[in-house]
Amino acid sequence: MEIARLDIDRIQEDLRRRRLSATELVTEALRFAERENPKTNAYLHFCPERALAAAARVDERLARGEDPGPLAGVPVAVKDVILTRGVRTTCGSRLLAHYIPPYDATAVTRLEAAGAAILGKTNCDEFAMGSSNENSAFGVVRNPVDPERVPGGSSGGSAAAVAQGTAVAALGSDTGGSIRQPASFCGVVGVTPTYGRVSRYGLTAFASSLDHIGPLARNVRDAARLLQAIAGRDPMDATSAFAPVPDYLAAMDGKLDGVRIGLPKEYFRDLASETGRLVEAGVRLLERLGCRLEQISLPTTDYAVACYYIICTAEASSNLARYDGVRYTWRAPNADTLADMYRQTRGQGFGAECKRRIMLGTYVLSAGYYDSYYLKAQKVRTLIARDFEEAFRRVDAIVTPVSPFPAFKLGEKINDPLEMYLSDIFTITGDLAGIPCMSVPCGRTAQGLPVGMQILTRHFDEPGMFRIAEAFERAGGFAGN
Amino acid sequence: MKISESDVRYVAELAHLELTEEEVRRFTEELSAVLAYMDKLNELDTEGVEPMAQVLFEAEETATLREDVERETLGSETALANAPLAGAGYFKVPRVIER
Repeated sequence: MEIARLDIDRIQEDLRRRRLSATELVTEALRFAERENPKTNAYLHFCPERALAAAARVDERLARGEDPGPLAGVPVAVKDVILTRGVRTTCGSRLLAHYIPPYDATAVTRLEAAGAAILGKTNCDEFAMGSSNENSAFGVVRNPVDPERVPGGSSGGSAAAVAQGTAVAALGSDTGGSIRQPASFCGVVGVTPTYGRVSRYGLTAFASSLDHIGPLARNVRDAARLLQAIAGRDPMDATSAFAPVPDYLAAMDGKLDGVRIGLPKEYFRDLASETGRLVEAGVRLLERLGCRLEQISLPTTDYAVACYYIICTAEASSNLARYDGVRYTWRAPNADTLADMYRQTRGQGFGAECKRRIMLGTYVLSAGYYDSYYLKAQKVRTLIARDFEEAFRRVDAIVTPVSPFPAFKLGEKINDPLEMYLSDIFTITGDLAGIPCMSVPCGRTAQGLPVGMQILTRHFDEPGMFRIAEAFERAGGFAGN
Repeated sequence: MKISESDVRYVAELAHLELTEEEVRRFTEELSAVLAYMDKLNELDTEGVEPMAQVLFEAEETATLREDVERETLGSETALANAPLAGAGYFKVPRVIER
């Protein structure tokens, strides 16, 4: 059994034909993952008892002749900002090194209800803040494609595990590109669904108007299967959408004839690079598959990074206020007063990037600056969302690069926060508008580094997005298994 | 926008963050650079534009209230399980009121 190459279709067939049991599969997957993990540090910790219990439930259902669920026996990884009851959840932070959640995130409950086995929790930038996974308090993650390079961030561990084959699929979270950018750097598929499509109950809050949970997988079908299992209204998250969840696999009919694809000029103009050439080759492949290409303009793009980093830091400064030494495991040891306890716990507990964002966010919300920064950014966000609305009157989907460059070297950009922020330019706009967007592999550079192509569609048009991505992946031979 | 070390100290106080002298110097420089970049938003005319506080989309009317049924809560023992210091069913913190 080649554990690192299995896909969900194959696992379902093997289980139902009794070629193997879920317990055998999960035991082997755990053994493989624990052995291979030191090469990347993708997992922070494993939960073998929980995974094997899930496998046993699948085997029992199979033995009774019952349907074991659409993700039966599938070994998955979960980003460590998503709560797992009784299983340590650190958010990549020293502050939460020993935090044991008292409940499961809804996405976790739904994965397990569909039969999946959670092998463990994956590394990430502290509180999901970063684009390289170098901000984890528990060590960097190495890109399985080239261990001297970053896997991207903040869902770097989830992307690396899927690329390395130590998980068949994984959950990540995305606030400004944290699923799509690492997916592109590691050569896997990463999906950020419509805002509200997946419940955030149990997702540690970073920037609540932008946070999403979404899947990473080695092919489009597997990613869609995961989304199918976790999507839908959840009474525990008031921001989760009521819209019915369509059948994503049924939408993948390979028919791209006449699909109108918009190519925003603002995303392609500075791309005289290998990344640009690979994405342009991807666009030509879409044209050969029957898509009609159209040049479009999203004129507010140049302001998106500034807009995003005002809104996300403002919301983060508020969301991270709860880590004050009272409720969440760690408290600075020598504080005599309540105020000192807050200051010292937070000063010693948070890493540099979290502090930087708390400072920025507090500044842009502070008296005298609220109107000129925060309110201004919210108005610019309206303009960015309008750009997309206008564009979707003329086209069915928009295609762009995911990142201006492929995976960079560890340490290469960590000392220049502004440069790191600017590299998020192509992914943050989708989050600001709240539309579905994904990264699908579109080839490799001469050095062998993966490059991703981004597809964005209208609110709740995940079916249209998957239709394009799946046909593209099949025609280009880009599936990772 | 260029900010000073005293601005940084003031904001750190608002955020309840204890910073080292080195951090104060570094954040003064880094935040000045990032805020200078953010000033670029002033180039845009946003007169009459509504601020976007949340993602909005066309949707059918829905019954947003769930049924009022009794559910188990976590219970104080579970809720306190991750507390650095707890006692008598409460989170404990350093003394706030002097007797």
